[in-house]
Amino acid sequence: MGGYILKRLISAIPVLLGITVIVFLIMAMIPGDPATAILGSYATPENVEKLNRDLGLDKPLVQRYFIWLGNMAQGDFGRSFSLNRPVLDEVAERFNATLVLAGTAFVLCAFLGILAGVVSAARQYGWADKGITFVVLIGISVPSFFLGMMMILTFAVDLRWLPVSGMYAIYGGGDLPDLLRHLVMPATALAVVATGVIARLSRSAMLEVLRLDFIRTARAKGVPERGVIWRHALKAAMVSIIPVLGIQAGFVLSGAVYIEIVFQWPGVGRMLVDAILKRDILLVQGGVVFVAACYVLFNIAVDVAQSLLDPRIKT
Amino acid sequence: MKGFLKLLARNRLALLGGVVLALVVLVSLLVPVLPLKPPDVTDTANRFQPPFSEGALLGTDHLGRDLLSRLLWGTRLSLAVGTAAAVIAAAIGSAIGIVAGYFGGRTDNIIMRGVDMLMAFPYILLALAIVAALGPGLLNALIAVAAVNIPFFARNIRGVTVGIAHKEFVDAARLAGMGHTRILLQEILPNVIPVIVIAMSTTIGWMILETAGLSFLGLGSQPPQADLGSMLGEARSALITSPHTSIVPGLMIFVIVMSINLLGDGVRDALDPRLRSGALTRPQPATTVQRDTVPEGPGKGVLDLRNLETQFHVGPRTYRAVNDVSLQIAPGECLGVIGESGCGKSVTALSIMGLVASPPGVITGGAAFHDGRDLIGAPYADLRRMRGDKVAYIFQDPLATLHPLTRIGTQLAEAIRVHHSVPKAELRQRTITLLRDVRIPNPEMRIDCYPHELSGGMRQRVGIAMALANEPELIIADEPTTALDVTVQAQILSLLDDLRRQRGVAILFITHDFGVVAQLCDRVAVMYAGQIVEEGPTRDILDRPAHPYTKRLMACVPELGGGRRELAAIPGLPPAVDELPSGCAFAPRCDKAVAACRAAPIVLTQNGVRTVRCLFPEDATERQTA
Repeated sequence: MGGYILKRLISAIPVLLGITVIVFLIMAMIPGDPATAILGSYATPENVEKLNRDLGLDKPLVQRYFIWLGNMAQGDFGRSFSLNRPVLDEVAERFNATLVLAGTAFVLCAFLGILAGVVSAARQYGWADKGITFVVLIGISVPSFFLGMMMILTFAVDLRWLPVSGMYAIYGGGDLPDLLRHLVMPATALAVVATGVIARLSRSAMLEVLRLDFIRTARAKGVPERGVIWRHALKAAMVSIIPVLGIQAGFVLSGAVYIEIVFQWPGVGRMLVDAILKRDILLVQGGVVFVAACYVLFNIAVDVAQSLLDPRIKT
Repeated sequence: MKGFLKLLARNRLALLGGVVLALVVLVSLLVPVLPLKPPDVTDTANRFQPPFSEGALLGTDHLGRDLLSRLLWGTRLSLAVGTAAAVIAAAIGSAIGIVAGYFGGRTDNIIMRGVDMLMAFPYILLALAIVAALGPGLLNALIAVAAVNIPFFARNIRGVTVGIAHKEFVDAARLAGMGHTRILLQEILPNVIPVIVIAMSTTIGWMILETAGLSFLGLGSQPPQADLGSMLGEARSALITSPHTSIVPGLMIFVIVMSINLLGDGVRDALDPRLRSGALTRPQPATTVQRDTVPEGPGKGVLDLRNLETQFHVGPRTYRAVNDVSLQIAPGECLGVIGESGCGKSVTALSIMGLVASPPGVITGGAAFHDGRDLIGAPYADLRRMRGDKVAYIFQDPLATLHPLTRIGTQLAEAIRVHHSVPKAELRQRTITLLRDVRIPNPEMRIDCYPHELSGGMRQRVGIAMALANEPELIIADEPTTALDVTVQAQILSLLDDLRRQRGVAILFITHDFGVVAQLCDRVAVMYAGQIVEEGPTRDILDRPAHPYTKRLMACVPELGGGRRELAAIPGLPPAVDELPSGCAFAPRCDKAVAACRAAPIVLTQNGVRTVRCLFPEDATERQTA
């Protein structure tokens, strides 16, 4: 198992390098003088020239890439001019908040999605199946940012059950119950679409599996129907559900950008949008590379989970 | 195409989605000629008018602009931008995919590596990076959304192209001296266009949502121009005081995406032939039973199967797979059921414990008495308690019939555990003993193997061990040796024979192989087209087959040292069981058939220990020459 993880980690290196190349090339598309774009039109000529030197913009493209890469490898992602602090510090801090939000949403959508899919398949064409199918259809059609706004109106403004926005209360907050109260709405709003997609896929994966021969064997053994569905069928269906969980994690991470804006969540998505509007290019660049790298590592974890479930995968 | 549209129209939800979408598109096309107020004219005196106020059907926004007008103009813009992004992504992505798929090799490798890299990003990161580089703006948002969707098209279209690139007509074009460009445009492109269109129709909803999302973040359309996303984004600051300014554009996005999803689902269902036939219906825990009359009990022996009728109801068709089959098995006896594939022997076996997949299977008549109880009418809970405990099954192809992701020891232990509560340590010991009983070497080690780590013969031994787990009174073996090679087959058969003699368990043995029957069975029943055509002691039937079909079936078996006897395949095919003839089902393939054979159903006539369903049974004196 350790060898397999190592093998997957090594195979991730070209992907990680590819990510840096892509981000670098995109940033090289910036029209005009990047230093001016970064510093804004009110910058003094000295500052522009200094930044050009700092960024190595007077050097050829390839050389610039390797300087940038070398700096990142040493943990130097540059300095955010709008926040006047190292990019990596800011990104790491913000990414923690995003992890809390997206991680909760991911656990929520994986759990509820699989549950709904299995129940739906087990009660195919019954009222539970029809009800779930209908709710799922609405769930995957509602834009998460609109859903979030409607939840604020209902549960924070009208019913006053939950705080409107933020991660902690400004006064007297900061403990776990406070965090959870702030987390309920954004995590739910973020999880809805992915829950729907996972539920749909789990349903069809279960229906495929329930027709296979080993299910008949389980029934012939006298396994109660609940065991047939939840142990025999779900275990086999997980082989096709797990890769989708990996893909949906990417969508949850993407959706977090909207949700962080709607709920004023101090995460990396909101940081990126602010940075774009302030033209803080280094912050965008560092944030994108950092989050994409984390996502690649997460997908390795998904592969490892798959190999734990399926002994037929050569480890 | 016509059939496809018909299927689509029959799907009511898809139709609803299509109609709603068509309406939205129509209205947004007509926006310039509709009598609307100008969308960008501010009127700060009338800010935040509620819906249905005078002169503003949907109210006004934070600058007093007419919401209805802004909504329709915004919808028009959102649809246009989303569609444009889809077209651009489809065009560029498909071009990349076609080139990669057509040229293959190194070109393909390099391109697809690049595509994989792009797919390693959560999509919004890539879009944000592009917008960051180009600067906020609707056109840049459009470019970003198109760019992040290119890999999706490239990958799909590449797959399709690879399938086409080596077809005969492409080779022919190449041999005719056509250049690559002409082949790509004239031969390949027309064949992938339908796939491109379908891929576009399934992603366009996404692209509308994604561009609206970027606008919502303030990175797309800039004021005063507004698409649905930026309307929602601007309204957010007044969410609490004037919620209608948010709800109006939000609901519109929801309606558009939902109608596209409904339509897309309909398209997918209409295109997927497996869903069309309703084949993805989940089998119920026990076969459906719909009997008009029930034979009287209590029955004799371990199993007394009386007048079993099992049918498959598929759409308007009825396949009569098992037609009035009666069988009896005494304790410790081995009864063989033999016939060609599709003759209903497996369905007969599966009907006994309600294991015929249902739907479409329905047991429409008969009874199966065991211990004085009718298994076929039994409630599911009782049936389940008997399955594997009193009556156990062994199936064909043990790779498919064992759970692929579970250790064989766990699967074996479960067979015991679901019927008897046994302490864990003892359970493991019993599992090892079972494996030893079926002569698996090193059972202590094999117990932790997965099915794919064992050979076919070993897997079938596991299947047999599973059937023996609770010392049942009857084992139903459904072609247990068919998937195995001959030497392994012989080992498995002698194992079954030993176990039967040691434990006195009765066996119902389904096979298509007379050699197997000769080796194992006391009695044999021959099935054809869902009916038993002959039954009797194995030796008798092997020596003197009475039914022409039995005789022909035996002639198909090659015999070792049998000399130069010609192997005679039976001409023709068994009748389709949804169109059974009224008389003898074998008549069309029988060289002795006369008009009387085809006129009316033939009854099963008893003659001592033998029964036969034939007007002209083979001459009893005519001996089969070996």
